[in-house]
Amino acid sequence: MCRVVDVRQAVLAKNDTLAGALRGELDGRGTVLVNLLSSPGSGKTALLERVLAAAAARGVPVAALTADLATENDARRLARSGVPVRQVLTGGLCHLDAAQLRSHLAGWLPGDTRVLFVENVGNLVCPASYDLGETMRVTLMSVTEGEDKPLKYPAAFGLAHLLVLTKTDIAAAVGFAEAAFRENVARVNPGVEVLNTSARTGDGVETLVDRVLAVTAGGVLHRPAMAEAAGDVHGHHHDAAGDVHGHHHHDAADGHGHPHGPGSGRQDQAAQEPGPAAGPGRVPADGPGAVPGRNGSDDGRRPADGLAVPRP
Amino acid sequence: MHELSIATVIVERAEELARRHGAERVDAVRVRVGELAGVVPDALLFSFEVARQGTALDEARLLIEEVPGRARCEPCGTDFAVGVPPFLWCPRCERPCERLLSGRELEITAIELEEASV
Repeated sequence: MCRVVDVRQAVLAKNDTLAGALRGELDGRGTVLVNLLSSPGSGKTALLERVLAAAAARGVPVAALTADLATENDARRLARSGVPVRQVLTGGLCHLDAAQLRSHLAGWLPGDTRVLFVENVGNLVCPASYDLGETMRVTLMSVTEGEDKPLKYPAAFGLAHLLVLTKTDIAAAVGFAEAAFRENVARVNPGVEVLNTSARTGDGVETLVDRVLAVTAGGVLHRPAMAEAAGDVHGHHHDAAGDVHGHHHHDAADGHGHPHGPGSGRQDQAAQEPGPAAGPGRVPADGPGAVPGRNGSDDGRRPADGLAVPRP
Repeated sequence: MHELSIATVIVERAEELARRHGAERVDAVRVRVGELAGVVPDALLFSFEVARQGTALDEARLLIEEVPGRARCEPCGTDFAVGVPPFLWCPRCERPCERLLSGRELEITAIELEEASV
């Protein structure tokens, strides 16, 4: 005899809860997190070097966190821009998650940061499933990668608020069929903007900075159709099969974990985030230290320690 | 290969639920995986066999219900399968669709617990 316990929980609910809390906390401090996804070798770091320098030149306080399986080479390159940079080594793990990211921000992220760029692990599969607490997700692809990549990695391209094409200075030399690429993008993410860039010539760098700063100013983001999934987890659940199995329990406590998948309802979720960090005005640089909660708890409360330290 | 991370979370959640319901062993975990969730069912099954070792799910089965990706065109009311890779445009009126109805699921729907011996 067995009994069936009905539950209704997104497998990544814990990550999504932590990501939502982090988004709310960053939002309260006036920091926008930009999650950058791409394959290895797409030119993400080279472009980010230019973007950080361009933002710094405009007097916008930005910071960058870069994740790699190994080596600190990327952090060294990004640090040349003069902005705060932190390297995260995932030790072989194929993606960043919200808890990992949060632990690296605590005690490091300067309090006045307007934009935090997170350079995710070079991989178009796994990182797509993990909400990091970003307000804006940007997927990058270089012209050397093939026009059908949006179809091969629909989650990476379909959940992005902005797509960035890199290395466009060599597009002609490698025979990149841009029209076919844009058609494939439109298929999985109708209406998303594709921005052409070149880290070598600087093309598109200022526009990319403009797009990010528009978000910090409260601009409206593109809403990817895939991210706007009706959210079956929200729906009423009736498992008819359960009734024929011995005892049948509804587990109310598990019925409504935070069901937001990556990319879903980001703005709304941030806006609903309770607690002092989301309240009016800016939270002091030591963060919402009075909020109770444990790091890594799944109760939706943000950790007790603040994220911020004063910028040196 | 984030299926291993996902399988590990499934095992942890199922163990928590089993404890809460006073069961020592889990016979099966039922999950729904959308075809656009970015998770490969075969890889998840393989990872589950690794993740369950030495846990209350040692001999548990993972029952995967695959959920097709569907969308509805709000203006014309057409309900359609988007396919893989998805084509998020209405096949009838050729407008872009604004949201999916299904296909992004990655959720635990039920666990089957071994009844404590009477």
